[in-house]
Amino acid sequence: MGKSKQIDRRWLFLLIFFGVALPLIFTIGLPLETTKNVQMVYDLVDSMPKGSKALISFDYDPASMPELHPMAKALVKHCFDKDINLIFTAMWPMGVQMVDDIINQLKDDYPDLNYGEDYVNLGFKAGAMITIQSMGKNFREVFPKDMNGNSIDELPIMDGINNFSNIGFVFSLSAGAPGIKEWVQIAHDAYGRPTSGGCTGVSAPAMLPYINEQKQLTGLLAGLKAAAEYELLINTPGTATSGMDAQSIAHLIILIFIAIGNINYWRDKKAGKKGGK
Amino acid sequence: MKRKIPLLITFTVGIILIISEFIPHKPFGQLSGELEIWFLIISGFAILLGQLSLFKVNILKIKYKQRDWQFYTITLISFIIMVTLGFLWGTGKSAGMLGQGEVISNILGYKPFDYLFHNIYQHLQATMFSLLAFFIASAAYRAFIGRTVESNLLLVSAVLVMLGNTTLGSLLTGWLPESLNFLHLPKISEFIMTFPTTAGQRAIMIGAGLGIIGSSLRIILGIERSYLGGE
Repeated sequence: MGKSKQIDRRWLFLLIFFGVALPLIFTIGLPLETTKNVQMVYDLVDSMPKGSKALISFDYDPASMPELHPMAKALVKHCFDKDINLIFTAMWPMGVQMVDDIINQLKDDYPDLNYGEDYVNLGFKAGAMITIQSMGKNFREVFPKDMNGNSIDELPIMDGINNFSNIGFVFSLSAGAPGIKEWVQIAHDAYGRPTSGGCTGVSAPAMLPYINEQKQLTGLLAGLKAAAEYELLINTPGTATSGMDAQSIAHLIILIFIAIGNINYWRDKKAGKKGGK
Repeated sequence: MKRKIPLLITFTVGIILIISEFIPHKPFGQLSGELEIWFLIISGFAILLGQLSLFKVNILKIKYKQRDWQFYTITLISFIIMVTLGFLWGTGKSAGMLGQGEVISNILGYKPFDYLFHNIYQHLQATMFSLLAFFIASAAYRAFIGRTVESNLLLVSAVLVMLGNTTLGSLLTGWLPESLNFLHLPKISEFIMTFPTTAGQRAIMIGAGLGIIGSSLRIILGIERSYLGGE
């Protein structure tokens, strides 16, 4: 049987373009509901007492911004609302700029936040898993200074932080390795700290085994949908919520094309059988 | 000698690190801590080495006018510009050799390095990633054809996960009564992701883990030597 005749893929590209662009301009507001993994992350943050400290690692670069930036913003906002002090770090070199960008986006909403008291950016350190392992042994040896060159001994937020013991929870926003896996294996498995994470939708299946009875991972924000769900939970619709319309329409187009592809295939197969007779 | 010394270092370091996991006391705990610091220092140098390597590889391609050599010129020029601007005025709040560059920052709104990062690099990377959407759509259209039993299973689960992981799932089945909750598309998608997918992933992870242990032992014991280069 000959190869089934399929539609020129440029039509698909054109429809995907309009399917993504139009819902971003004209919001539809499709319904959204919270899933278990997102609720677990929300509950973890919500259960933290006022003044506790959390470590958020920005392990991604601009390529993953559309998916990970909205969830980073929602998570940081939730932490600031709960008066959780945030220690930012990055296992990816460009994660540092991602932290700065999130802080710049939120600084107008939180004018009273003080650098060094309410949050600190420790910056990037090469070494991936070994860096995390060393942080667990002696934080100050790995990060003697913050991103701006201040000694961390002079920063009030770092008082009592010598390893992971005084960290309420660890969160990795990850686009690959090093990322969630490395944080789980060290921060949770070796040092017993509650660990959670956010990742791109495509890498979610690799992270799901860590959500288990041992709570290696306390919930997971997977992809734009999880970011939109988190925005819904904190009552702050943002770019993820508006992006979900675009993502849903794009998926709908793909599904329609999959259906067309299958109809064409079965029609050709049937015609082939008839021709054979 | 040239090969024996690296093999000896690998063996000693590997054995110390393995023992320190089981006996985290003196001297092993202390030694593994020291070795971790060494690793971090070497990682820093590795970045520098990577940059030098990038420079050398690109220079050679331009020198010998290899195919598409013009693109390598752009890589090199971009690399030099970013490194130079970072050195001169720093990034973020950290100062460079010429200080914070207030005058130029006032004009651009950012430091020069950050200006290029936010206005060029960030958008280039986002564009590259966004292009994937078109190719994934095209690949899905061509790949998800129900030719066999296996491909039909793949097709059905892909459709269910796609619907469940977007707002379409809630839209299509959100009206179902509580007694038919098991037919709710986001729930079906969650089931597929939590059980069959995770089971498969666990199998892959256990296999990969055993593979890593095997390769690590081969390297530590000097059986696997390809990382030393040469013959």
